[in-house]
Amino acid sequence: MRFTLVVHSAPYQSASAGTALRFARAVLDAGHQIHRVFFYREGVHNASALASPPRDEQNLPQEWRALAKEHDLDLVVCIAAAVRRGILDKEEARRYEKKAGNLAKRFELSGLGQLIEASVVSDRVVTFGGGR
Amino acid sequence: MTLHILGASPSDRTTFESCRDTLMDGDTLLLIEDGVYWALPQHRPELARLPARVKLLKADREARGVELEALAEVDDSGFVELCLENERSVSWF
Repeated sequence: MRFTLVVHSAPYQSASAGTALRFARAVLDAGHQIHRVFFYREGVHNASALASPPRDEQNLPQEWRALAKEHDLDLVVCIAAAVRRGILDKEEARRYEKKAGNLAKRFELSGLGQLIEASVVSDRVVTFGGGR
Repeated sequence: MTLHILGASPSDRTTFESCRDTLMDGDTLLLIEDGVYWALPQHRPELARLPARVKLLKADREARGVELEALAEVDDSGFVELCLENERSVSWF
């Protein structure tokens, strides 16, 4: 089966940023495929290369990167949600005249069309919400 | 059949009621994150009236130190299984 995950929560905003990662691991462990993980709204903060939690705490951006490397995952960050929250790749940093980008490796900025495409080709789409 | 995934705590009644009002016979309600508090004894009568089967995500219950009896639990792989058993999922948060 082919899954797509949609992540609405930032690390520390609610538990569901961590739930999404656990679910992704469970999907892969069961031998299923993850077509895409789409980070939307506050979920874009999972893609920050600058997040520096204490060493004894979970580092979600780093764990997503490691999982993506191991399983060649497609981690897509909504570009409109990201740029307004200060998550920029090199190209956007140049466009908005910022000193540097901060999008972590293995993540990619793209549009909502990537979520639509993923919904069309996936057998299951599971959403992980943000808190209030 | 639909898998409803409820992550909101009992302090957020509106989200629960929105979820409750869409449940159909044969659906499954999975309580995750702070949603596991809906399984506390004071909320059981309300859960019992739902047309759906109710399950708990084990890791989230354990993380909150809540001891509960007589509700079916699934682990993370069981969560994936529920997604396969149901044609679609709706997340309530």
